[in-house]
Amino acid sequence: MARITVREAISQALWEEMERDESVFILGEEVGVWGGTYAVTKGFYDHFGAKRVKDTPISEAAIVGAAIGAALTGLRPVAELMTINFAFSAMDHIVNEAAKLHYMFGGQFILPLVIRTVGGGGRQLGATHSQTPDAIFAHFPGLKVVAPGTAADAKGLLKSAIRSNDPILFIEHATLYQSRGEVPEEDYLTPIGKSKIQRPGKDVTIVTYSKMLEISMKAADQLSQEGIEAEIVDLRTLRPLDMQPVIESFKKTNRAVIVEEGWRSYGVGAEVAARIYEEAFDYVDAPIQRVAQKEVPLPYNRTLEQMALPQVEDVIRAVKEVL
Amino acid sequence: MTQEEYLELYYQMVIIRLVEESAAQLYQQGKIGGFLHLYIGQEAVSTGLISARKPQDRVITAYRDHGVAINVGIPAKLVLAELLGKASGVSKGKGGSMHMADVTKNFWGGHAIVGAHLPIAAGLALGDQYQDHQAVTICMFGDGATNIGYFHEALNLSKVWNLPVLWVCENNQYGMGTAVERASAVSEIRQKALGYNMPNSRVDGMDVLAVRQAAQEVLEQIRSGSGPYLMEIVTYRYRGHSMGDPERYRKQEEVKRWEENDPIGIYRKYLISNQIFEESQLDELDQKAESEVKEAVRFAEESPEPPAEALFADIYAEEEGLLHG
Repeated sequence: MARITVREAISQALWEEMERDESVFILGEEVGVWGGTYAVTKGFYDHFGAKRVKDTPISEAAIVGAAIGAALTGLRPVAELMTINFAFSAMDHIVNEAAKLHYMFGGQFILPLVIRTVGGGGRQLGATHSQTPDAIFAHFPGLKVVAPGTAADAKGLLKSAIRSNDPILFIEHATLYQSRGEVPEEDYLTPIGKSKIQRPGKDVTIVTYSKMLEISMKAADQLSQEGIEAEIVDLRTLRPLDMQPVIESFKKTNRAVIVEEGWRSYGVGAEVAARIYEEAFDYVDAPIQRVAQKEVPLPYNRTLEQMALPQVEDVIRAVKEVL
Repeated sequence: MTQEEYLELYYQMVIIRLVEESAAQLYQQGKIGGFLHLYIGQEAVSTGLISARKPQDRVITAYRDHGVAINVGIPAKLVLAELLGKASGVSKGKGGSMHMADVTKNFWGGHAIVGAHLPIAAGLALGDQYQDHQAVTICMFGDGATNIGYFHEALNLSKVWNLPVLWVCENNQYGMGTAVERASAVSEIRQKALGYNMPNSRVDGMDVLAVRQAAQEVLEQIRSGSGPYLMEIVTYRYRGHSMGDPERYRKQEEVKRWEENDPIGIYRKYLISNQIFEESQLDELDQKAESEVKEAVRFAEESPEPPAEALFADIYAEEEGLLHG
């Protein structure tokens, strides 16, 4: 096992898949000469050349649209949208084209397409550059939405995504790139559509993903000192959503807290809580709690921004509420 | 051109006209749901254009796609079956009028969000460029699509990357009910290519041979590596934007004037006056087309509905049956 950052894990996944398969190529804003605004594709342009590492104009609809078209010809494009906030400029191509073409034409169109993008707040980038709108994209059948929370999952899931024949939105988190984790040395794939127990426990089930996995882990460590053992289920994929580990855990603990960075209303927590109530109502010992972003456009001021984002203490408070 | 080629153009245009007339009837009988956008009046555009392509050349168009479907070689009966939502339809009854495609014929749809297929067309061309195919992507769209951002993003990208795309604007003079000059800063759409330093031309879309010849020349240019090209083809739709259009935005005299310029009529006269065919030969062909379309309607009506399992089929290429997201 090697201990590397999430950035390195993602970079390795891309590099290895490009070495492995000539049909894999990258397109996006500043992915080439610049090396990626988050330095994920640093060194790629020099190694793979302009044909396979394509700098695009600032044209999000054209980036995703062109990636869809190239995928239809049998290539495996990895389109990068600099941040998920810019995905709204490509919304039509993500949800109205990529998510629908396979079904709408009776299964004729195959789209081996990955759209990599970055979400999340906490960097004082203001309301338009700090959003976590993952749930919006997870709403659409036909699209797969992946959002890893560890270096190992980031690498294994991205490699699976690149080899998949379905359109996948791969959401990274801006403040996770520096976070380190153990990653296997050998070639490996992590299956898309499988949730994972990241921490075993018996007293309460915390359901979370992406950056909030880090926050939840910290909360669990503190709770452990008080004798409370939280089990943490990392969703990893938002669509298709694998509820089995969540339900199994809940049947054991009878209590759940769902932690997400996005807004509470119509969010991931709402979906997961509803499914627990639907599938395991007889096991409910306390109303399920949701920890989420305050319902405001994220402010620039550091103190206000942190007030709006879910914190470790919010998770601890919610856990104590359900116990 | 060979006799056969002349004949094929005529036959395809007549088939399109008859398929569309049948579709209008079926719609009025309540057998076709949703929207129905007819291609009547515009037959010469896609017929001329697509007759000029090589098999490796891809075709992608907007929602007014029945004519294009016929021209790429989809049998009329599969087009009509799709209109009736039948399992035998070209998109298995799940696409409908606006979403027909057949990848085995290099026809990539049938796209119903105005202008959204232009970036996809750029991607198809990118795929061919990347894989060194000697192919051109022919991307058709209406005049209305040139006012949306996708058009500009796609044209710009295609020029920056020197992609093998033939952009074809079918200027039928109205985006739904809004005349070109009320919606576009320039009424000659081809002028929009100038901002992208892209070669362009304007072609008479009621003359199938003019369209074919223009397309042949330009396709070869693009194939040789000259990059993207914008062709504006001026045409007119005789029917409303879709069925149920009250057509308050134009006068019936205007429609009549264009109908006198009917692309099938013009071509028929041309074939006879140049002694390529005799009138009786074309009459025979008309009858053949009529019975083919009649048979196609019968096939469509008698085809089975999609089975209930079809509802959850083909959501993803992998992992069938993810019913609950």
